[in-house]
Amino acid sequence: MSSTVEHAESHAHGHGLGDAVTHNAAKFGMWLFLGTEILLFGGLFAAYALFRAKFPDLFYDSHKKLDVTLGAVNTIVLIFSSFTMALAVSASQKRNRKWLMILLSVTFICGAAFGVNKYFEYSAKFHHNIFPDTNIFFALYFMMTGLHMLHVFVGMGIIFALIIMAKQGRFKEGNRYTPVEVGGLYWHLVDLIWIYLFPLLYLIG
Amino acid sequence: MANGVMTQTQHIPYLAQKGLKSWILTTDHKRIGILYLVTISFFFMIAGLAALGMRYELMTPELDFFRTATEYNVAFTLHGSLMVFFFIVPGIAASFGNFLIPLMIGARDVAFPRINLLSFWIYLVGTAILLSALAQPADTGWTFYTPYSIQTGTKVIMITLGVFVLGFSSILTGMNFIVTIHKLRAPGMTWSRLPLFIWASYATAILQLLATPVVGITLLLLIAERAFDIGFFDPAKGGDPILFQNFFWFYSHPAVYIMVIPAFGIISEIIPVFARKPIFGYKAIAYSSFAIAIISFFVWLHHMFVSGISETAAAIFSFLTMLVAIPTAVKVFNWTATLYKGSIDFHSSMLYALSFIVLFTVGGLTGVYLGALAVDVHLHDTYFIVAHMHYVMIGGTVMGFFGALHFWYQKWFGKVFDELTAKVAWFLIFVGFNVTFFPQFFMGFQGMPRRYATYPEEYISYHSLSTYGSWILGLGILIMTVNLLIPLWKKGRPESSNPYGSLSLEWQVPSPPPHENFDEIPTVTDWTYSYGKNRSEANAKK
Repeated sequence: MSSTVEHAESHAHGHGLGDAVTHNAAKFGMWLFLGTEILLFGGLFAAYALFRAKFPDLFYDSHKKLDVTLGAVNTIVLIFSSFTMALAVSASQKRNRKWLMILLSVTFICGAAFGVNKYFEYSAKFHHNIFPDTNIFFALYFMMTGLHMLHVFVGMGIIFALIIMAKQGRFKEGNRYTPVEVGGLYWHLVDLIWIYLFPLLYLIG
Repeated sequence: MANGVMTQTQHIPYLAQKGLKSWILTTDHKRIGILYLVTISFFFMIAGLAALGMRYELMTPELDFFRTATEYNVAFTLHGSLMVFFFIVPGIAASFGNFLIPLMIGARDVAFPRINLLSFWIYLVGTAILLSALAQPADTGWTFYTPYSIQTGTKVIMITLGVFVLGFSSILTGMNFIVTIHKLRAPGMTWSRLPLFIWASYATAILQLLATPVVGITLLLLIAERAFDIGFFDPAKGGDPILFQNFFWFYSHPAVYIMVIPAFGIISEIIPVFARKPIFGYKAIAYSSFAIAIISFFVWLHHMFVSGISETAAAIFSFLTMLVAIPTAVKVFNWTATLYKGSIDFHSSMLYALSFIVLFTVGGLTGVYLGALAVDVHLHDTYFIVAHMHYVMIGGTVMGFFGALHFWYQKWFGKVFDELTAKVAWFLIFVGFNVTFFPQFFMGFQGMPRRYATYPEEYISYHSLSTYGSWILGLGILIMTVNLLIPLWKKGRPESSNPYGSLSLEWQVPSPPPHENFDEIPTVTDWTYSYGKNRSEANAKK
């Protein structure tokens, strides 16, 4: 063996990683991933800034065709779902399986409600002959909300998986609640992006 | 082991398990590294053949090898996009990164082995999408510039979708490596003791995380532009074609460093071993990777000096472009200083490392040249750019990649290749590369534009010389490949698990390494590069 290395008893003696290492690593990994998500939307935000500066009137006139009430309802639904998700994380830490499943289900239903709402919004637009190629504002509107909707669906998929895992009793022992916390982080990001999209698209002054 | 005594446990090599399932479902970082290595090598060969076809066409001024100019355009699009997105970006980072990072930091695997496998599958899905597009491939060039990429009748959506999917793979791999390096270092493996390949991989992973999403959204917008006619890049609808270039290069310039920084790491590993000296300026090399990574985000406009941008912006970006040369030069000087008064062993991998220093310096310096505004206006879109870029990509990254293949070959595969043949192949590659690309500096300077299947009579001597060079280069790569493939089917194992006397952790385990790398996680007590100290001790003993 080389002089730089001596084999000694180490903490990581077993072949698996410790719970704490796994937990921290998973959270760290998710934070990094969330950073990339923000940059993905960042491209759209940059395009938004550029085109809004270029066509302020077009943006003002077009945004009036959006339904502020539906947008506001969706905002409240998502913020509420973030709240229930945070409570779900707390329930998983306390190993309260019953409440964990209830809260995750409420969060899932909120996501579904958001989707239904969005479905009505989109169909109303199509009904009035408004499509992504109508003008730059609606191109941005459909790209931004569409990409966000995709993230809502992914988030719902994650929450659904968490509900199944909770039902199987996967979060009962030790610090095994990591997936709930990491899934929660993702859901909060979905919420956060909407909080920016709502005023940028619906509330142009 | 449980009582802390080193028992001679049976080292079952990670390659022992056979069968398709043991490969496609593996979560072993070493096997996933091999999966990447095989796939990227496959695309390297395909893209290389496209390049040989282009060079053969350019032998004479007329269109003779390809039937139409569009076929030539398809060839350079395939060459560029396969080389960039399918070979060189995932290249060293995913193959050697996967194999080396856990071994070098003293870990059993990466932080998320299953996500690691997922990355590879996503990569495969991306390649499948791309291959499905080959029936009617795009002719846009690898940059997919608008408005042409919106107007052309060829299948742009499939190829961009393939690249978009690859982005996910790149992001997940980068995320995995950063977390691994942060959380799984062995006891005593402090940041200041980390091998420089790890530092380089870390800087690369940061670039992957920060830049890839932006190209992702850009390609998504291009797809939406073609599918839904959204008009972001269409002036008729108030859109801006230059916006595409801005988005594209915001990713693609940092991507140049995603391609080359891992090679910097490899050179920093090979040189001290074969110079038998501690690496000179360890911290300077480590930090300069980060300086390059940061500055690389603020130079993208230098691809657009003739696209119609403000003079102030151009001047600022010209300055920033030249600034990148400083941390890069810091590395070159440190490698050279490491060689100074070393007892150099010209192993094949060392020959590649030394050619890297020479060729990359040519590539880097011509880059500074191109960063100067007036010069760039003259040289933009000429063969000078082609030559510059290939000196960086082949002279830099590919030399590093080949060097790494020869250096870690025994460790990775537990076999020994023929050293003399490897040296002959290196010689052909080195000569062939220079004969191919050096004349392109001259013809570019005289005004030969890139991306044309035909050209005026006056460039024929440069072009034919370049084509002869491409044959020598191709022959060299062929010999190298055969030389590295033959031992895999032969019996026999390396005599030593550490034939080059490296002090790095990966050389302290058997070749090939056992399934989970280490019997016990080692405790590190010194940095990786104490070669001088050992030599003086050895001399003292004599």
